[in-house]
Amino acid sequence: MISNERKEYLKRIKRNKRIILISQISIIVLFLGIWELLSRLNMIDTFLLSSPTKVFNTIIDLAKSNNLFNHLFTTLKEILISFILGNIIGFTISSILYLFKTLSKILDPYLTILNSLPKVALGPLIIIVSGANTKSIIIMALLISSIISILNINTAFKSTDENRIKLLKTMNASKLQILFHVVIPSNYSQIVDSFKVNISMCFVGVIMGEFLVSKEGVGYLINYGSQVFNMNLVISGIFILIILTIGLYLLISFLERKIKK
Amino acid sequence: MNNILEIKNLYKNYQTIDEEVKVLDNINIKVNKGDFLGIVGPSGAGKSTLLSIISGLEKPSSGYIVKDDDITFAYMLQTDTLMPYLTILDNCLLGLKINKKYSKEKELEVIKLLTKYGLKDYINKYPSDLSGGQKQRASLIRALCLSPDILLLDEPFSALDYQNRLNISNDIKDILKKENKSMIIVTHDLSEAISLCSKVIVLSNKPSKIKSIYRIDLDQDKDPINNRMSDEFMKYYKMIWRDLNDK
Repeated sequence: MISNERKEYLKRIKRNKRIILISQISIIVLFLGIWELLSRLNMIDTFLLSSPTKVFNTIIDLAKSNNLFNHLFTTLKEILISFILGNIIGFTISSILYLFKTLSKILDPYLTILNSLPKVALGPLIIIVSGANTKSIIIMALLISSIISILNINTAFKSTDENRIKLLKTMNASKLQILFHVVIPSNYSQIVDSFKVNISMCFVGVIMGEFLVSKEGVGYLINYGSQVFNMNLVISGIFILIILTIGLYLLISFLERKIKK
Repeated sequence: MNNILEIKNLYKNYQTIDEEVKVLDNINIKVNKGDFLGIVGPSGAGKSTLLSIISGLEKPSSGYIVKDDDITFAYMLQTDTLMPYLTILDNCLLGLKINKKYSKEKELEVIKLLTKYGLKDYINKYPSDLSGGQKQRASLIRALCLSPDILLLDEPFSALDYQNRLNISNDIKDILKKENKSMIIVTHDLSEAISLCSKVIVLSNKPSKIKSIYRIDLDQDKDPINNRMSDEFMKYYKMIWRDLNDK
């Protein structure tokens, strides 16, 4: 039997959640509404700032001509490859650095410098070495994502509860056993968090790469739009990116829930 | 009595960039089979370091730990250190798996042990489902699963509230007696050391020397809670307390 106080409490939580959701949706609806209204009343220059209906029509046109899916597929493929490779590289190097403390100390300043360096500055170099192709885009994304991944996972590994490690040492565990039985499982949630950061970093890297070299992809679409002064295309590209981000974020959150179970 | 471990002329120094810190200074201890040995002393006296050296986690600066090769240890630490991502059963099997001694038969033995000491309903639960006292009992069983000859306990109850401390110290003494194990416990709680142990060693301030060794002649068949009520207990308490505070 649920008490009235509990019913009231559950109702309050439900109401609160509903208010938050409605407010979140209202903000975007309001934003799009005002934007559309201002463009129809000619209060903003639609040549520069477009309008929601124009953006919508551009996306539909792209979809009809099959271009949208080609660009989407290209970008998604590049993100996915760099995400998987970035995580493998980040995870493997973090594990090696955990196992070899001296190596970790030797490489520490180099990792910090690489992390601070604006990777876009390396763009021309990457293009000259690897050519103006998908490989350069992925290298660019990997440079951005894997360094952060290494730093994040390594920091998490280092903060593993010393008592748990000590306990395993008393059981005569080897360094590798400590890594697999304590360090990695103790940091599941930090590793998943690093995946989350990594997906955004891959996004940044891939779009940056597409700006520089690509003939396909959402980044190329935005860049091409700006070159021919087609702002509908530029803003449509940005909208597609937002939708992609939301989709990938939801996917990672779903995986996170699965892993944390 | 059957001597199973001897610490001989043991010294330990820690090196830092600025200085050399002397921690243990000529420690000599004998442990007999079935001994419950308590080590008390001021904070920072090197009690935990001594346990680490006995177990082989740290090397002494000089001196020896004399024991037969087949004498084994298991550790129980201050915090429960049960892995939150493993079930209680998997936590207890961890040491066996690490030492490649896991088998189905061993698993059944572990389940028997958990059942015998009241954790049957928690075998497939996670540590977060257990109370503080139950967690410590599970930690103890995990240590016992390795069939150690000597159990090393480093302030094992300090994270528990007072009532739980008394109950679990009762439990632990009872379990160790039934399993016929020896124990070395490091604690800052004098009452705990007197009520649990057959011998109490008092360490001085750093660098720690052995100030005195007390043989505790309380009724060892009584549980630690009842032992605390006896006049004898108070007599030991006053004596050791004076010794501890004597500069």
